[in-house]
Amino acid sequence: MIFLIINLLLWVLVAALGLTAAVRSKALFREGAAEGARDFVLLLPRILVGVVGSGYIAAIMPQDLITTWIGPQSGLLGITIATLAGAVTPGGAVVGFSVGAAALKGGGGAPQVIAYSTAWSLYALTRLINWEVAMMPARVVWLRAIVSLPLPFLAGVGAMLIGKP
Amino acid sequence: MAQRRRVSSFEWSTAVIGGISLICGTTVYLRDGSARFAAILANDLGLFGSMLPKMAAGCLVSAFVTRLLPREVVARLVGTESGMLGLLVASLMGAALPGGPLTIYPVAGAFLLLGADAGTAIAFVTAWNLLGYNRALIWEMPFFGSDFVFWRILVAIPLPFVAGALARWALSFIAARRGKAP
Repeated sequence: MIFLIINLLLWVLVAALGLTAAVRSKALFREGAAEGARDFVLLLPRILVGVVGSGYIAAIMPQDLITTWIGPQSGLLGITIATLAGAVTPGGAVVGFSVGAAALKGGGGAPQVIAYSTAWSLYALTRLINWEVAMMPARVVWLRAIVSLPLPFLAGVGAMLIGKP
Repeated sequence: MAQRRRVSSFEWSTAVIGGISLICGTTVYLRDGSARFAAILANDLGLFGSMLPKMAAGCLVSAFVTRLLPREVVARLVGTESGMLGLLVASLMGAALPGGPLTIYPVAGAFLLLGADAGTAIAFVTAWNLLGYNRALIWEMPFFGSDFVFWRILVAIPLPFVAGALARWALSFIAARRGKAP
């Protein structure tokens, strides 16, 4: 029920934005709708590969090893391991999300997977070096990486404290 | 437009994950039988299918917001704010502005040129990474499901402020140390 309402609200937002664009100019609306549709179609196969793949990867991974290292009972040590794994995960979005989803399906704890995903988002090393340093002053990039170091722990511990998801 | 190449149709990461998945899927089929193979497929396809409306909405919202909220406006808005309000505005804009790294990092760089401090730029990039609806709707939900993503984002809400404030504190600490040096 709640997810139905969220879907509905999202599409109301799409309609409102589309209308705002159309009021400004028809071309703006057409461009926006076309780009949104094209992105959706182009992203579908990539995400499908990752989502289906993560299920099979999870089935192959040694479950007891996952549970011991980053399972729900692994606590702060598990969060630390997950954070390190997030930092060294190479590649683009499909890799990060597939590995995270495979870990969750394969017995990883939610706080640990949240820590992984947060670390990967904030300071995956290959992304820092390939993207960010090229486009921002290096001093700011490294400062950002350093102040981000504790954030996956805060997110993981926060999830542990509220006991969700 | 600069954002034209936001989504490319071929990507190495996908190819690598696809190859690994193929090996793992074959192994599951041979080791555990076709029933287990089909059960995993049905489970993942079910989640993927149920998230399609959200993904489509996410793509359209991103495309319209990109056009209605020009990057120059965001840069001016955030670049001229300071203090705690600056961190708040930067976090909100980071969560609201769609697009990939090619869009986001130049905007953050523009803040710095417009006179914002590094803390503001860092809060912006952190919010984009952790709170962006674009990534949550299109990428995270089909992989993890709505419930997981909801709680992940909830615990992440304070983090852009934390990062921005830590950065400011670190910079003022360094400046104070330098000031004291003979």
